[in-house]
Amino acid sequence: MTNALEISGLRKIYRGGLVALKGLDLTVKEGDFYALLGPNGAGKSTTIGIISSLVNKTAGQVKVFGYDLDTQINQVKEHIGLVPQEFNFNQFETVLQIVVNQAGYYGVSRALARERAEKYLNQLGLWEKRNDRARTLSGGMKRRLMIARALLHEPKLLILDEPTAGVDIELRRSMWEFLTRINKQGVTIILTTHYLEEAEVLCRNIGIIDKGQIIENTTMKSLLGKLNIETFVLDIAENGKTPVIESATMRIIDDHTIEVDVAKSAGLNSVFSELTEQGIKVLSMRNKANRLEELFVNLVEQGRDTKEQV
Amino acid sequence: MRNPIHFTALKTIWIKECTRFLRIWVQTLVPPAITMTLYFVIFGSLIGSRIGEMGGVSYMEFIVPGLIMMSVITNAYSNVASSFFSAKFQRNLEEMLVAPVSNITIILGYVGGGVARALIVAVIVTLVSGIFVDYRIENFAMVVLTVVLTATLFAMGGLLNAMFAKTFDDISIIPTFILTPLTYLGGVFYSITLLPDFWQTVSQFNPIIYMVNGFRYGFIGVSDIAPVTAIAVLLVFNAAFFVLAWWLLRRGTGTRT
Repeated sequence: MTNALEISGLRKIYRGGLVALKGLDLTVKEGDFYALLGPNGAGKSTTIGIISSLVNKTAGQVKVFGYDLDTQINQVKEHIGLVPQEFNFNQFETVLQIVVNQAGYYGVSRALARERAEKYLNQLGLWEKRNDRARTLSGGMKRRLMIARALLHEPKLLILDEPTAGVDIELRRSMWEFLTRINKQGVTIILTTHYLEEAEVLCRNIGIIDKGQIIENTTMKSLLGKLNIETFVLDIAENGKTPVIESATMRIIDDHTIEVDVAKSAGLNSVFSELTEQGIKVLSMRNKANRLEELFVNLVEQGRDTKEQV
Repeated sequence: MRNPIHFTALKTIWIKECTRFLRIWVQTLVPPAITMTLYFVIFGSLIGSRIGEMGGVSYMEFIVPGLIMMSVITNAYSNVASSFFSAKFQRNLEEMLVAPVSNITIILGYVGGGVARALIVAVIVTLVSGIFVDYRIENFAMVVLTVVLTATLFAMGGLLNAMFAKTFDDISIIPTFILTPLTYLGGVFYSITLLPDFWQTVSQFNPIIYMVNGFRYGFIGVSDIAPVTAIAVLLVFNAAFFVLAWWLLRRGTGTRT
């Protein structure tokens, strides 16, 4: 399988001396749904800026579907669709003008652009708003408009820089469904996000970037596998007794809820046995969705500790 | 340059630019008509009638080409300066920078928009001047050539200004402190032959003298500067501004970090 993105030795030093990237290496396979995570200022947006030609690199090589950014920039640009972090469309233009114009910059005729605009704006629930000026749209609609705009030239690689920032949960989930669908249709997706649950739900592979370098590049499964302990939230029926669990660490959240940290190797049977012996009925159970967050913080901290020791 | 893509992109930028200034026509097309009416009433009718002839024609007829040219210069410049800077400021310029649009296409698209506005304004102001004076056109080709080259030059000037500008103040400083004085001292209201020798020599360094006089030659057949010299100066400045704009865009000055 070809690589959608190959970055090697990427360096960026801004005017003023700020070193944003220190020889970053990254490979994303075709068809992947890849999460690029990192704390603020880690170099995510600089990396995306360089790939999409908005930032000049200092050194290193970037290839998109085998095309070199230095020598085949037009081919690189044709393959990429960018959804930036901040709204960057003309607020006074209509939704339709914005997407049709964007397609025009990629050489798509106005007739074909209108056809595609109808398709993508419909899929993203914006067709009814096509004649509204962009400034009148809600935050969620503006985010979706940027996704539609990035897809009009039908790129093979879609890069989304925090696409669901400030979007409510319902809308976020519908955007996840949409992104999953286009990924299944063959579009490679690279996503940066601060919602780690988002990365966990959507992405197959993950890279963690800190201080201008990739500190972890692996599959989501193996990364999550590094967590030895999982936290479960149990909803219990009140029977006047305070639950006691000796086979795991337990926290009482309220009269109806407890949290249990369970070692993966230990399993949940002993927890249920102990609760059953005490006559406590478990009504429901769910995974506490902060697993990746914990891991992310640990990895970034470990990386910093190692560097400080060096 | 791969033609189909760039041609569609060029058409897109140009339509976008024209749509912008036509959408806000009250701000872009009406003010020149009002300003020029005031100039014609005050300098043409009221003061001009006491001046008598200049360059062998009535003062009113003498100032018509200069006033049209003044509108062309201002509108070509401000259209591109404000549009390109707004695109930079709102970051929607990135829409073009991430796409396979060549730098030449970006320049031609924006400049084309500025030239379109300048030419529409030129037609409006010419029609307004027809209310006040019976003007004649001696050399139509010279009129068209000078007005197009001047509009192109100042549209590129606006583009260069916008590339360097970091705030909205930066796109008003040059028109206020450089463009307006040069235009007023560029022979719009007087023939430079009226000036003492020293100031006549100094005026030769003002490029606007060449544009106004070339244009005036097209209208009344009289000029302080040889028409060939005027066109040559315009061509040289156009070429220099184009190369500079292309080089700055390529470097990413003011557009890429």
